[in-house]
Amino acid sequence: MKKIEAIIRKTKFEEVKEALHENGIEFFSFWEARGVGMARESRVYRGIMYDTSSIERTYLEIVVRDVNLDKTIEAILASAATGEVGDGKIFVSTLDERIRIRTGERGDESLYIKD
Amino acid sequence: MEELTTAVSEFTVSTDTIWILVTAVLVMFMQPGFALVEAGFTRTKNTANILMKNLMDFSIGSLIFWLLGYTLMYGEDIGGFLGKISFFFNSDEINGVPDKASLMFQTVFAATAATIVSGAVAERTKFSAYIFFSIAITAIIYPISGHWVWGGGWLSSLSTPFHDFAGSSVVHSVGAWVGLTGAVIIGPRLGKYTSDGKARAIPGQNLAFGALGVFILWFGWFGFNPGSQLAAAGSENASAISHIFITTNLAAGAGAITAMAVTWMKYKRPGLSLTLNGALAGLVAITAGCDVVSPGGAVIIGILAGTLLVFGVEFIDKVVKIDDPVGAISVHGLNGALGTLLVGVFSTSNGLLYGGGAAQLGSQFIGVLAIGAWAMATGFLLFFILKKTIGVRVSKRIEEEGLDIYEHGESAYN
Repeated sequence: MKKIEAIIRKTKFEEVKEALHENGIEFFSFWEARGVGMARESRVYRGIMYDTSSIERTYLEIVVRDVNLDKTIEAILASAATGEVGDGKIFVSTLDERIRIRTGERGDESLYIKD
Repeated sequence: MEELTTAVSEFTVSTDTIWILVTAVLVMFMQPGFALVEAGFTRTKNTANILMKNLMDFSIGSLIFWLLGYTLMYGEDIGGFLGKISFFFNSDEINGVPDKASLMFQTVFAATAATIVSGAVAERTKFSAYIFFSIAITAIIYPISGHWVWGGGWLSSLSTPFHDFAGSSVVHSVGAWVGLTGAVIIGPRLGKYTSDGKARAIPGQNLAFGALGVFILWFGWFGFNPGSQLAAAGSENASAISHIFITTNLAAGAGAITAMAVTWMKYKRPGLSLTLNGALAGLVAITAGCDVVSPGGAVIIGILAGTLLVFGVEFIDKVVKIDDPVGAISVHGLNGALGTLLVGVFSTSNGLLYGGGAAQLGSQFIGVLAIGAWAMATGFLLFFILKKTIGVRVSKRIEEEGLDIYEHGESAYN
């Protein structure tokens, strides 16, 4: 079981979500994130130029079984890229344990609903 | 025949009274305009505080001006300097219009002068100090210089009388100059200037508030200027108020367009925040001469005002380094003075450009200087005394975390 964290453009969120759904990834969390990086814009407020290095992105956190890892990454790569600086990053890490709160199920079983 | 004359005169009183009360309501509506501009141009952590200050300066101003400010300004002249005070104004006399209609109309003007200050000292001023200040401006500072011009005082008795029709100087500059002294004594907001003195941008929370506020002020100005004719009955008054509507509107439009053009050239893009101030600058500047300049003159006054506004904001911010979060000093102070002086240039009856010589311009200079000196001296004294007694500035921690929570125990956004 892996945790995939992806920082993507806010404008690409809907496309990424659709791509994940098409690949059977139904559950994930996301939030608005701010960071600093290479993409910069200068603004003027009341005659004072200022550099806002604060960049807004969407942060996704997806936990998947090992079998789904590659297709999830492929889906994000295919849907979130524009080719410009600022498309974001994907981080993958291994998780120790997962537990479904409702049933107490542990491990892979906690990740999908058994029919 | 006599009955007919009486009927006509009765009707004139009614028409004029309705006019004055309706325009008083329009001027009162400038209060929410100011509140929105000031809330929009400052940060969310201080919104409840700035709204509270706007609410209180109007409420306190209303009581104080009735209590003594009105008669200090309009009472029987004493030595050209002030009016004879009679407390708790309750006259039932009719002088053209009922005295109470005049009180109402003048009250909303006094409150306008008071509310200008809150913007200049926003985001760092102690609320308790602001209450004392609101009392002082409506009880003493505004009525006395107002008396010199509108109450039969010395500026109105110069050989060429000083002309400030609706209050570029009497109302707007007075508020701004007091605000200037306040901003100097209180000092800039934390983080406004770097350690080597460079100005930093502190973007306001919501330019939608700012824009709505400016539209409301523009709307209210159709009470402020045309209402100052103080009468509407008869073709002469009807022409005058219509003329004033046009000059007022043209100057505002020209001010906004010019500020937009100047920001476009200076900063490569047309900036909303300063363009909004540009409309106000045009309105403030036309206020003194809206009755005596031509529509073309009004446009030129608006153009000069919009230009001065942008350079004025930069000058105040970057050169003299006074932190004025909403631009009140440039909008109301510099442009109030500019508009007052320009009466001496563009007045169609005796302006410099219309062959009237420099007499009017000279009187305008005297008035601008006298009112400016009065407002700054009393403003300085007031804020200095407040600083030495109850203190004028909140603590560093309160300023950092926001005046809303510590000064008022509630936040505007939850």
